Amino acid sequence: MLVTGNAHKVGAHIDTDAIIPARFLVTTDAEVLGANCMEGLEPGWVKRVKKNDIMVADENFGCGSSREHAPIALLGAGIPVVVAKSFARIFYRNGFNMGLVLLEVGDDIAKLKDGDRLEVDTGKGEIKNLTTGETVVCAKVPAFMQELLDAGGLVPYVKKRLAAKG
Amino acid sequence: MPHTLAEKILQAHTDEKITGAGQIVNCRVSMVLANDITAPLAIKSFKAMGATKVFDKDKVSLVCDHFTPNKDIDSAEQVKVVRDFAHEMGVTHYYEGGNVGVEHALLPELGIVGPGDIVVGADSHTCTYGGLGAFATGMGSTDIAGAMALGETWFKVPPTIRVDFDGQLEPFVGGKDLILHVIGQVGVSGALYRALEFGGPVIDALSIEGRMTMANMAIEAGGKAGLFAADAKTLAYCAAAGRKGDQAIAADAGAVYERELKLSVSGMQPQVACPHLPDNVRGVDEVKGIKVDQAVIGSCTNGRIEDLREAAAILKGRKAHKNVRLIVLPATPKIWRQAMDEGLFSIFMDAGAVVGPPTCGPCLGGHMGILAGGERCIATTNRNFKGRMGSLQSEVYLGSPAVAAASAIAGEIINPAKL
Ligand code: SF4
Repeated sequence: MLVTGNAHKVGAHIDTDAIIPARFLVTTDAEVLGANCMEGLEPGWVKRVKKNDIMVADENFGCGSSREHAPIALLGAGIPVVVAKSFARIFYRNGFNMGLVLLEVGDDIAKLKDGDRLEVDTGKGEIKNLTTGETVVCAKVPAFMQELLDAGGLVPYVKKRLAAKG
Repeated sequence: MPHTLAEKILQAHTDEKITGAGQIVNCRVSMVLANDITAPLAIKSFKAMGATKVFDKDKVSLVCDHFTPNKDIDSAEQVKVVRDFAHEMGVTHYYEGGNVGVEHALLPELGIVGPGDIVVGADSHTCTYGGLGAFATGMGSTDIAGAMALGETWFKVPPTIRVDFDGQLEPFVGGKDLILHVIGQVGVSGALYRALEFGGPVIDALSIEGRMTMANMAIEAGGKAGLFAADAKTLAYCAAAGRKGDQAIAADAGAVYERELKLSVSGMQPQVACPHLPDNVRGVDEVKGIKVDQAVIGSCTNGRIEDLREAAAILKGRKAHKNVRLIVLPATPKIWRQAMDEGLFSIFMDAGAVVGPPTCGPCLGGHMGILAGGERCIATTNRNFKGRMGSLQSEVYLGSPAVAAASAIAGEIINPAKL
């Protein structure tokens, strides 16, 4: 999948309370959650986002609570990809399960600035910075996780296993 | 091959051979947990998976503790979804209303988690059960749905950071201070993707409740699990909770650690985490004099009976400062009754406290103690992220029950030893 959009850069240790504060957790609706995405960082933050824009973050993105509402809120806001220096562990699993593409790029994160126009090849894990002409490549995901992704995520994977059990 | 505690427990739950960190293994789980916020999503995923029954109705816990007693119509609707599902599936461990407590205080007390178990929960503080020698970790709702359907899930075997404590604990210094100190040392991402394993003479002497307080906050260092060996004390705790057949468990001699920390606790002051990250940790004297508007004593970190006794010992015969709302939330109905029977509530109420029901309440900014802009709270909870307890312009300081109680009296952060 090829995604082209503008980068919205945030700092280190962005927690899930920042991505979607607890007061919005009384629903599981992606649209409602999306409309309040990043409300815990800055009120009205989401207004700047256009569909297919890309979140760019420093280390430990998604730390804190296990709420799956966080990746859903990002997807609901129209953000299909997060590129970060590193991700918090639970958020990383959740992202994969929800179909949010997560690319971990380490120190190369410095090559992506707020407002840069990015083109992301999610299959190859390649981020082309159309503003600077630089390309950043993310670390390969472990084989088992790639298998999960290829299966279409955890839901179809479990579905298949349950069917096999009969 | 000698195993760390994490490797040892994972190995006991899989047919694959564990050869070291980084390996991905499928493990059978002993208990699967979700709460009123995360279960509705898990149920959605569970249904989308085409699952029609949970793998074992005795090994699923659904605990409606966050926004309960239901704070508004939306949260009531969410709880209804969970209750209907629990009934439809015949889930044994469904808790709501008079039997509900904060999940991570409740499950150990009910004796449904214990040494050597693998527990997965759609809540990041599931790591609390590491205090009992369980490999326990938080996941998202869909992972939990998968575990509820299959009775197993995948894990990446984590590298382990071993932390040993020695020395002599000062008065008013305990588990909360030790874990805050560790988080201050390693940072909020210092244990990312890793297990923390705690040991040493100070830990041997620490109560099981103190160990659970520490394990609870492993996630605040980014950790996947916070593990303690199960010793004679653990076995006694578990037997008192009605469990049978538990065995002691410890890391093998010669286990390979990624990093080893040796910390001396002698001379350590009570610790406080300042806004807005749990690793912004100082000795309490460094932050003394900071005015507070609210003090919260409760949560899965410090809402157990020992915590309430610790607070009561300080509050006895004293009054909370007139500008401070003091809120005490015993974490489970059993703790609530125990505190009542021991006369702690009279002490709290004489001090001007509000004693609330067992609920997460203000810990995650749900209800029962939300902060306005510019307000500051000293809390025994585990997170002080911006806006966690209310307004984005409010502040949360984290400390032990002793520090919270002393600060409530002084109206400002104070070392309980200097009250
Ligand atoms: S008390 Fe706080 S940290 Fe613990 S489970 Fe409830 S909301 Fe989470």
